[in-house]
Amino acid sequence: MRGAVGPAADPYLQVRDLRVRFATEDGVVRAVDGVSFAVERGRTLGIVGESGSGKSVTSLAVLGLHDPKRATVTGEILVGGRDVVGRPDEEVRRLRGRDMAMIFQDPLSALHPYYPVGRQIAEAYRVHHPRAGRAEARGRTVQMLDRVGIPQPERRARQYPHEFSGGMRQRAMIAMALVNDPDLLIADEPTTALDVTVQAQILDLLEDLQKEFDSAIVLITHDLGVVSQVADDVLVMYGGRAVEHGSAEQVLRRPRHPYTSGLLACVPTLHGDADADLVPIPGSPPSLIHLPAGCAFHPRCRYADDRSRAEVPELRSVAEGHLVACHRPGVAS
Amino acid sequence: MTLLRVEGLTKHFPVRGRGLVRAVDGIDFAVAAGETLGLVGESGCGKTTTGRMLVRLLEPTGGRIVFEGRDISHLGRRDLRLLRQDLQIIFQDPYASLNPRHTVGRIVAMPLEVNGIRPPGGVKQRVRELLELVGLNPEHYNRYPHEFSGGQRQRIGIARALALRPKLIVADEPVSALDVSIQAQVVNLLRGLQRDLGLAFVFIAHDLAVVRHFCQRVAVMYLGRIVEIGDREQIYERPRHPYTRALLSAVPEVTAPARANGRIRLAGDVPTPLDPPSGCRFRTRCWKARDVCATTEPALTNGVACHFPEGDDG
Ligand SMILES: Nc1ncnc2c1ncn2[C@@H]1O[C@H](COP(=O)(O)OP(=O)(O)OP(=O)(O)O)[C@@H](O)[C@H]1O
Ligand SMILES: Nc1ncnc2c1ncn2[C@@H]1O[C@H](COP(=O)(O)OP(=O)(O)OP(=O)(O)O)[C@@H](O)[C@H]1O
Ligand code: SF4
Ligand code: SF4
Ligand SMILES: [Mg+2]
Ligand SMILES: [Mg+2]
Repeated sequence: MRGAVGPAADPYLQVRDLRVRFATEDGVVRAVDGVSFAVERGRTLGIVGESGSGKSVTSLAVLGLHDPKRATVTGEILVGGRDVVGRPDEEVRRLRGRDMAMIFQDPLSALHPYYPVGRQIAEAYRVHHPRAGRAEARGRTVQMLDRVGIPQPERRARQYPHEFSGGMRQRAMIAMALVNDPDLLIADEPTTALDVTVQAQILDLLEDLQKEFDSAIVLITHDLGVVSQVADDVLVMYGGRAVEHGSAEQVLRRPRHPYTSGLLACVPTLHGDADADLVPIPGSPPSLIHLPAGCAFHPRCRYADDRSRAEVPELRSVAEGHLVACHRPGVAS
Repeated sequence: MTLLRVEGLTKHFPVRGRGLVRAVDGIDFAVAAGETLGLVGESGCGKTTTGRMLVRLLEPTGGRIVFEGRDISHLGRRDLRLLRQDLQIIFQDPYASLNPRHTVGRIVAMPLEVNGIRPPGGVKQRVRELLELVGLNPEHYNRYPHEFSGGQRQRIGIARALALRPKLIVADEPVSALDVSIQAQVVNLLRGLQRDLGLAFVFIAHDLAVVRHFCQRVAVMYLGRIVEIGDREQIYERPRHPYTRALLSAVPEVTAPARANGRIRLAGDVPTPLDPPSGCRFRTRCWKARDVCATTEPALTNGVACHFPEGDDG
């Protein structure tokens, strides 16, 4: 995390008008519908939104992991200046793991059950360092395991994933993701399956590692508390679109979109009046096959007017660096 | 009036070749009629096992469960069926707990039919009332679970649990799988029902903020034991057990006041319940541990099980 914005650096990741569609039996799912954002080195973008809002589909697109037979991806995704969209598979694969890496919610999906943890990390290193010998890869592995806070890294490197606790597996996956010193790290719900005390450890670790490696991080989560703890910038998604985007301070402290305000108001807290009823957002998230006309949030928004029902609101600037897609920005604040 | 009392409640699971999992290892608490008790703690500390024993989906290996003055720890099948009228459970995963081939009407009516209960006005009428009570459209009577969203499915589970007008509901992570906006709807619904119907709840959750909004009293579990129990204010404003403090301090919050000071980070992981540490089970992660903590298990006195609770050391 970096406090003040330095001299305008070229963002390491630049996404422009990303669209991802899936053809299904029920119709076309517009999972991501024109999303743009940028992340500089040393900074963390938090992408938040409810289940099905398109967060994971966005991250998979950046990593070039959508199956072209099922998904149609359009737009621009520049990673270190190179467009991932439409680039041949093997080239994207080379970027993945070296220039960009990922951490998922479930470490078992990234770790093979039948191989020792250390061997898998060493393998990930050698794929991108073909001239590295075994000893070098092993040394690097132990160093990374140690760096992510796994005690007795030499012994642990020889163990299998099932011998690790949930928090340790997550650390091992982080070690594997960082072994090639990537410039971009995509973390999709990296702490959602963990207990709060372990989550706190992992979030601290990510922050430290970012300082050390100066990487750009995209952190995807539905937990606004997690985002407020680690993100510099925040993108709020609803129905596959960006509805609010700005610094964490702007979006979380001075939200101008009724959906963002609604999300913040319905989260129970450890402070404030415990006896007051929570303020839920009425209704439920939209179908991405039949997205409501106009503003997709209008069926759940108490400020909806005729225009909201007819016209899709564009993302517009309401303050320096603060973008909101609403016909009546600030109406709920 | 005490509705439910638990004394020395224990559940040990044998695992082949590896000994005993001490999932719940001697816990005591009581729930008054109409009261809400929260059960919190990290994964594997024994919350679900406790909840399933309370409604006797599991039989304890030790200790007693006393419901309305009667020991129900080892009731047989027939008595259990009667007991279920007063004691119900709601599960975390609303989908897995609803039969996909049954209509919503049939699902909610099932407890009435199983128990041979004919409500005045008929089963169908009662089911419609229940659906309305939980905020579902009674017109949805003939629909199937897959046609509902997660929040609506959880409402179906709640309607089913209410069908027999129970006195106590064990809710095991009832909102954990739901999105925050839907979670708030369901929490408000449960709060309203609790108030209006005078229901008692044992509310199991790992989300401390949700528990704070629902429960009058809270018990904090660690490795099969209760380490602290008390009124909501006491647990959240003046926690005395180091583990309770650490848990609260780890919760990331948007609105939290500057937390840099007083922020506690526990080292390591929870030890295995196959071989819990001697003495105080929390000692391997406790920054206050001293020699006595390894030799003598602290008893739960005045709501806290610690040799050196916060507030005692001035
Ligand atoms: N392969 C696919 N085929 C069809 N639809 C898909 C596919 N993958 C994702 N979707 C749909 O795209 C939408 C966005 O999904 P996505 O996984 O990005 O949501 P999310 O924001 O990550 O949600 P969650 O918080 O539940 O992880 C969902 O409606 C999902 O059902
Ligand atoms: N049938 C079983 N056989 C063996 N061990 C079991 C069994 N059921 C539970 N356990 C173990 O007992 C301990 C307590 O489990 P329990 O499900 O009660 O925890 P919990 O507090 O509900 O956790 P979570 O927050 O993950 O739901 C765990 O170590 C678990 O692995
Ligand atoms: S555009 Fe209208 S419906 Fe959409 S968020 Fe703004 S006020 Fe609400
Ligand atoms: S008894 Fe000792 S180890 Fe246990 S919580 Fe208290 S101070 Fe810590
Ligand atoms: Mg996702
Ligand atoms: Mg459980």
